Amino acid sequence: MSTVFILADFFEGKATKVTFELATAAARIGDVAAIVLAPIGQGAARAKTLTNGPITSIIVVENSDFQDYGVSACADAITQLISQKSPVALLVASNAFGKEIAANVAVKTNSGVITDAVDIDSNLTATQVIFGGSATVHSKVSQGTSIVTLRPNCITPDLTLSSATIENIALTISASAKKATVKSSQAPVKGGRPELTEANIVVSGGRGTNGDFVAVEAFADSLGAAVGASRAATDAGWYPHSHQVGQTGKTVSPQLYVACGISGAIQHRAGMQTSKAIIVINKDTEAPIFELADFGVIGDLFSVLPAATEGVNARKS
Amino acid sequence: MKIAVCIKQVPDSWAEKKMVNGTLDRENVDAVLNDLDEYAVEEALRIVEAHGGNDEGGPNSVTVISMGPARATDAVRKALSMGANAAILITDAALAGADALLTSEVLAKVISTEGFDLVICGTESTDARMSVVPAMISARLDWPQLTFAGSVTVDPSLSYVSISRVTEAGVDLIEASFPALISVVEKINEPRYPSFKGIMAAKKRNIETKDLVAIGVKAQSAWSQVIDSQLRPPRAAGIKITDDGTGGAQLVDFLAESKLI
Ligand SMILES: Cc1cc2nc3c(=O)[nH]c(=O)nc-3n(C[C@H](O)[C@H](O)[C@H](O)COP(=O)(O)OP(=O)(O)OC[C@H]3O[C@@H](n4cnc5c(N)ncnc54)[C@H](O)[C@@H]3O)c2cc1C
Ligand SMILES: Nc1ncnc2c1ncn2[C@@H]1O[C@H](COP(=O)(O)O)[C@@H](O)[C@H]1O
Repeated sequence: MSTVFILADFFEGKATKVTFELATAAARIGDVAAIVLAPIGQGAARAKTLTNGPITSIIVVENSDFQDYGVSACADAITQLISQKSPVALLVASNAFGKEIAANVAVKTNSGVITDAVDIDSNLTATQVIFGGSATVHSKVSQGTSIVTLRPNCITPDLTLSSATIENIALTISASAKKATVKSSQAPVKGGRPELTEANIVVSGGRGTNGDFVAVEAFADSLGAAVGASRAATDAGWYPHSHQVGQTGKTVSPQLYVACGISGAIQHRAGMQTSKAIIVINKDTEAPIFELADFGVIGDLFSVLPAATEGVNARKS
Repeated sequence: MKIAVCIKQVPDSWAEKKMVNGTLDRENVDAVLNDLDEYAVEEALRIVEAHGGNDEGGPNSVTVISMGPARATDAVRKALSMGANAAILITDAALAGADALLTSEVLAKVISTEGFDLVICGTESTDARMSVVPAMISARLDWPQLTFAGSVTVDPSLSYVSISRVTEAGVDLIEASFPALISVVEKINEPRYPSFKGIMAAKKRNIETKDLVAIGVKAQSAWSQVIDSQLRPPRAAGIKITDDGTGGAQLVDFLAESKLI
């Protein structure tokens, strides 16, 4: 059976949800080999967090160059592993890092790349949703290893227990991958709420909050949801940039997206249009975001949200 | 310092988009300069302005490079009117529908023959939305990759450049020596509007147009292929209510009916 590489994604030393989504998609195609790129001494601990999901083998590479030289060093390691093991495909998460890994490895291995896929089948046909959700495209890599970046939260992860074998491989990173030096790194602060791209529910606030996110946060907490924001809200400094949803922020695909006081500019839609269900709260009946709404409330978010929060909390107790 | 900026002409993101044979129909929509590339042009101008400006004959210059159809001259002209010195447009019938691998090959080839110190890209084109071309260019040129920059600092006397990389993985400080490739995020600056003087000056500038033969690249078969594409059915019209005091409660009923709580 052919081998499919996935690049395991970690946060604070633990494999993230998207890693298991990648494994689940990869298992349709062949044996799943999860690549763990780790700082010295952390490979085994990271591999241990991969015991769920349909993973056949775990390839652990420990190297301090991954921290010191970032994307280029990681891409160099993956390129070397590809020439050793000849996988049919490489699946990575569709985020800034994953896309750049895909780009570098594609050039180094002369392979085609498909980004931002929402699905991939056993024949390596990838599905993308483009033009702000208005069209679906099926495409396939026709040269080299199929390199595909998968959008988080689009595939239901299979979390059955696996008993993957672990292989440690030592690699020397090539000099040309060490030209940009990472002087310092500051990880994002993780709040108490779920991560935006992983969350089942996202509640977002825009300019309509007028800087007051209390009602948005309270509703999010009643649902166990992540909090997002439009660019108007992040630009105004009302909410951290890391919570921005949209073309130049994060792309989310939750089961439910709640847009509060957001008009629905094309750049915002680009980041939330593949949400399964969409609820809108907006004062302006003409706001374009209503075009996407499965359930829309024309009203003031400062009265609708508290009432809804109370309603959700009441049902829980 | 010689700086190049890679810019792309894209269909206006507000325009309705259509597919023809699996690729975007670019003929019949308004085309504009990719707005994320305006930040790249602006940053290049700010860098040279902080180091003596880019007057003709001086040590600094900003060259815009674009690959696209002949009508991409409009987008190129816009970048020139912001203050860039020169422009190269690679246009060739064989490049229609080019994917990122071919695009990056063409751009890298042009860049490699001109002796630039820095190349600046946007992070993403609003049509392809791949965010891969900058990394591909750096991989092809074997240049350091300083991508997703939220700020850029250069010291030309030391051929030194550093950026703060801003992504969902946090903030990294990354440094390298010239020549280097940078991509900038839209938080980095506020692009200027072309001045009247700039617009007039841009009209007089020559846009150097080259085809694949001139740059010595052979268009090869694509690395990926579209199998099919369909317009998605429009979202079924949802429920829309006006809040009369019960809006919140009705919303919760909807959540319950849809098994979302
Ligand atoms: C290059 C570029 C990239 C961009 N990237 C992004 C991106 O990634 N993400 C993004 O979001 N935007 C992005 N934008 C910005 C985008 O174009 C819009 O400006 C932005 O999304 C608007 O945010 P908003 O909907 O919160 O504000 P507005 O458009 O001002 O809408 C506010 C809405 O709130 C409603 N409202 C006001 N008060 C209330 C109330 N009390 N109760 C209920 N409703 C109320 C109003 O009716 C209005 O519809 C980008 C723009 C550019 C040029
Ligand atoms: N055809 C092109 N001509 C010039 N620059 C381009 C072209 N395509 C992409 N770029 C550059 O690469 C960046 C990212 O594009 P993409 O990878 O297509 O999302 C853009 O912001 C441009 O700076």
